[in-house]
Formats: sequence, C-alpha cells, structure tokens
Amino acid sequence: MFVVLRVLPGDPAKMLLPEGAPQSAVDELNRHLGLREPLHVQYAIFIRSVFRGDFGQSFQYRAPALRVVTERLAATAQLALAAMFLTGAVGVSLGIVAAVRRGTRYDVASTLFAVLGQSLPNFWLGIMLILLFGVALRWLPTSGFESWRHLILPAVTLAAFPTALVARLTRSSMLEILGRDYIRTGRAKGLAERAVVLRHALRNAAVPVLTVLGLQVGTLLGGAVITESVFAWPGMGKLVVDAIFFRDFPVVQTVLIFSATIFVLINLLVDLLYTVIDPRIRYS
Amino acid sequence: MTDLFVTDRSLEAGPPTSHRRPLNAPAVIGGLLLALTVLASVLAPVLSPTDPVKPQFSRRLAPPWGLGGTPAHVLGTDNLGRDILARLLHGGRISLALASVSVLIAAAVGIVVGLVAGSGGERVDALFMRLADVQLALPVIMLAIAIVAVVGTSPAALVGVLALSGWVLYARTVRANVLTIRRLEYVEAAYTLGASDLRIVARHILPNTLAPILVIGSSQFATMVLLESGLSFLGMGIQAPQPSWGLMLAEGRDYLSNAWWLATAPGMTISLVVLGANLLGDGLRDLLDPRLG
Repeated sequence: MFVVLRVLPGDPAKMLLPEGAPQSAVDELNRHLGLREPLHVQYAIFIRSVFRGDFGQSFQYRAPALRVVTERLAATAQLALAAMFLTGAVGVSLGIVAAVRRGTRYDVASTLFAVLGQSLPNFWLGIMLILLFGVALRWLPTSGFESWRHLILPAVTLAAFPTALVARLTRSSMLEILGRDYIRTGRAKGLAERAVVLRHALRNAAVPVLTVLGLQVGTLLGGAVITESVFAWPGMGKLVVDAIFFRDFPVVQTVLIFSATIFVLINLLVDLLYTVIDPRIRYS
Repeated sequence: MTDLFVTDRSLEAGPPTSHRRPLNAPAVIGGLLLALTVLASVLAPVLSPTDPVKPQFSRRLAPPWGLGGTPAHVLGTDNLGRDILARLLHGGRISLALASVSVLIAAAVGIVVGLVAGSGGERVDALFMRLADVQLALPVIMLAIAIVAVVGTSPAALVGVLALSGWVLYARTVRANVLTIRRLEYVEAAYTLGASDLRIVARHILPNTLAPILVIGSSQFATMVLLESGLSFLGMGIQAPQPSWGLMLAEGRDYLSNAWWLATAPGMTISLVVLGANLLGDGLRDLLDPRLG
C-alpha cells in the first residue's frame, strides 16, 4: 500500500491545472479537495476521502466517480483475464517448445512470432483482425459486449504483445536452466524427458516468467485503453479516454488510482507466489 | 518487491545464453530498415508527390497503384483526397523526430539519475529508486493520459510523456552497473592514485555502461514509436490535419469496409519501423552484451 500512497499525491492537484477546464469543474474540485489549503493538508484530506470511498463526482455522468468506474471494471477485468490466460498459456508453451527444440524450425517459428508480436501495434492488429474476421470473412463480431464471441478479437489483440514477451523470456529462461547440471543428472537417472522439462526445468524457470507476467498486468491495463477503444468494449480503458475528452477529471483520477492499485496488488501477489513456486525464497 | 523487477534480474543473469556472432543478420536488417525509414522521412519534401495536408476532394479514396489506382498516387489517397505516401513520409518526420528526441532525453535523464543514485549516498539512492517504483506502478498509457489531461496535447507534451516513461530503465541499469563497477579493483586502484569522482565516472564507469545503454535505447525507440502512434491514434498526440502514423490509422478506421488501404499503409509502416528497431536492439544485445540475453 505504500507505493499506492506515493502514486496518489500528484494527481488531484495536477488535474486542476488545465486552462481549458470549465469553471464549474474547477469550483467543484476546489470545494471538494479544499485547494486553498497548503499541499500537504490537501493531500491528507484527499487520502482521507479516498479511504472513505469518496472519489468525487463525475461531471459527465452526474454520478459518483467511484460508481462510474466500478460499473466498467467487470468488462475490463473480463478482457484482461482472457488476455492474461492467453498470454500465460500461449506464451509459456511457445517458449518451452522453442527452448526444447532449440535451433529447429519450431524455434524459428516461435521466435518469428515473438518478434512480430512485439512489433505490431495493437491498435493496428485490432483493426486488421476486424478487417479479416469481421469485414472480409464475417466470422466474428467486431465491436460490442454481448457474448463470448465478442471477446475473442479484443482478447487476442490485447494478448499479442505480452504473449510475445513471455514466449521470449520463457525460451531464454528455459535454455539457461536446461543447461544446468541437475537437468543432466535427471536425464542420466532415466527420468522421462517430459518430467525433466515440466517438473525440473519449468519450475526453476518459472520465477522470472512469473515476474514478467505480473508486470504485464500494467501492459494489459494500458493496452486495454487502446484495445477497448478499437473494439468499442465498454470497460475502464474506453471510459478514461472518453473522460479525458469531457475533461471529467474525477473519473480520470479514479481510473488511474484503480489501475495503479490493481497493478501493485497483482505484483504483491506475484511476490507471494514466488515462495510457493520456489521454496528457497522466503520473506521474513 | 523492488529487487525482483526484471530489469535488475536480467542484469544479474548467470551464464551467457547467447553466443557472439561475427555479423548479426537481424541487427543488419533492422538497421537497414530503420536507416531507410529515417532517410525517407528526412527527404520527405523531395520525395512526396503532393502536399500532405491540403485536401483534394476530386481524388477522394483512390486505391493504390496496381489495385485500380494510378502511379500518381502509389499508395492511394485518403478520405480528403490527400496522397497517402506523402502523408506517410511527412508523418514519419514527426513520429521519428518525437521518438528520437524522447529516447535521447530519457537516456540523458536516466543516466544522470543512475550515476547519482549509484555513486551518491544511500538516501539519494533510496529516493530515486522509490521514484522509479512509483513510475513503474502506473501503466505508461495511463501516465500519458494523466499528463495529457493536465497539459493538453502538444509536441512538447508528447516528448515529455515519452521521455518520462523511459528514464527508469536507464537509471536502473546505470545504477546497477555503477554499484558493480565501483567495487572492481581497477577502479579502486584509480581512487588510490587520486582520481576524482568525476574522472572515475567519465573514464571507467560510463564506457562500461555504454553497451547496455545502446541496447536499451534501440529497443526503446521501438516502444516510443508505438507509444506515440498509440497516443495519436487515441487523439491525444499529434492533432489533425498534421500527418502522423497513429492519427492516419485512426482516420482510416472509419473506411475499413470500402477503403482498407487507409489503415493498412500506416500500420505496416509503424510495424516495419518498430520491427527494425527491435531487431537492431536484439542484435546489438547479442553483439555487445551476451549477459542481457
């Protein structure tokens, strides 16, 4: 929570600076945050109201900003979880295959996929997927939020970049572990190759991979902003883009606080998971 | 949590996983791709057939040459009849210039912070590293959104956002390097001989840190191009009618069903540049610093 608290201070005060903001907005926040007070007092008041669950009123929706944001949270969570699942499943498998079959065409294909995944901008990938599967083939819906079929294209779009990253990292991490002595020992004592790779190598290669997966939550939250805009997905990302154009600062601020908090919490969870995966890691 | 971040971890990685190669094909291809785009953008006024901003309604939505279009507009025209090639070339000037300046600023700030944090006292170090943590806790796009919400959209604000998103990587790398190099025997020897801090930094620490900085810079250039075009795509970067790759993509989105080339051309260009920078970065890494693999 310490990091979260440090993330917060700039935002409320900063949000007030733009000259283009309507006077009503300035008045509202002025009154709400007590901006005539010295900065540290403001900060204390702001923190206190956030902990009371008071994030201010949305100008655009005329409702509490907290409620506006939480209503959209589920859609983003759905999208991010689907993308996270794809990233973990596809990225790790590709990485393992590339490492185990090092130098073969599987390795080349996986590496090529990874380089491409990291180079295609996700907004363009999204548009091309729409063009191919929506406009040309008419297989999948291109926008909206109704069924699981609507989820496929946005989730693939969002997952492409982190999947590529995870695949590359899994590959290099696995390669390093596969060269260790205990892997040779494992093979020498007649363990099945599958057991060597999955039980001995993967588990040891998992810590850096998990770290990056955790950090990808940030990529996913950031990518969701763009992906949701491309696919008209009614989540937090689209909300925050709309909110900027409406100069709806309480909503922008709430989304920022939420995404930072989610990011920090997930990474805390990842830190705790280390001890499960690698019992050698202990936190005192 | 801090110590488990991947940037630190990758620096401490054990035995080298990749091997030095005399000539690195990906790096050469990447470098060529980048050089070609940069050259084309620099020469944009000479190369572009028409004005990239002025509309010509009589030629709206002309398809690319060979697909029903004319050689006058090789990549076709957009919804306002502007030549897409001309807009790509001129957009490249803006996108690439913004990305380069941002990388340079981010690197300069990051290196200075890293040096100060690594060689200064513990409190300075702690302060800067907490700052880096805070920075990392917000997704870059969210950070950009916060800044754009405050200062509005201008090229200077964009560079600021991009540079702000980039300095942490350099700072952490340089700091980690300073901490290791400082304890090496030849540096201690230099101290004993009476070399000043500044001299140690300039003669011993910086040259040893150059390789990872080059690698980060090259890969980051790719990130910056992606980020800039992403922000422009969302309407938070370069504003119309200025050509920018991201903005062109956003404009082309509305014509997907009847004029696919509007969104395809800028997307391909962005992908190629990013691919080039990524390949160059990877190649440089293999070449200069196998530890980072």
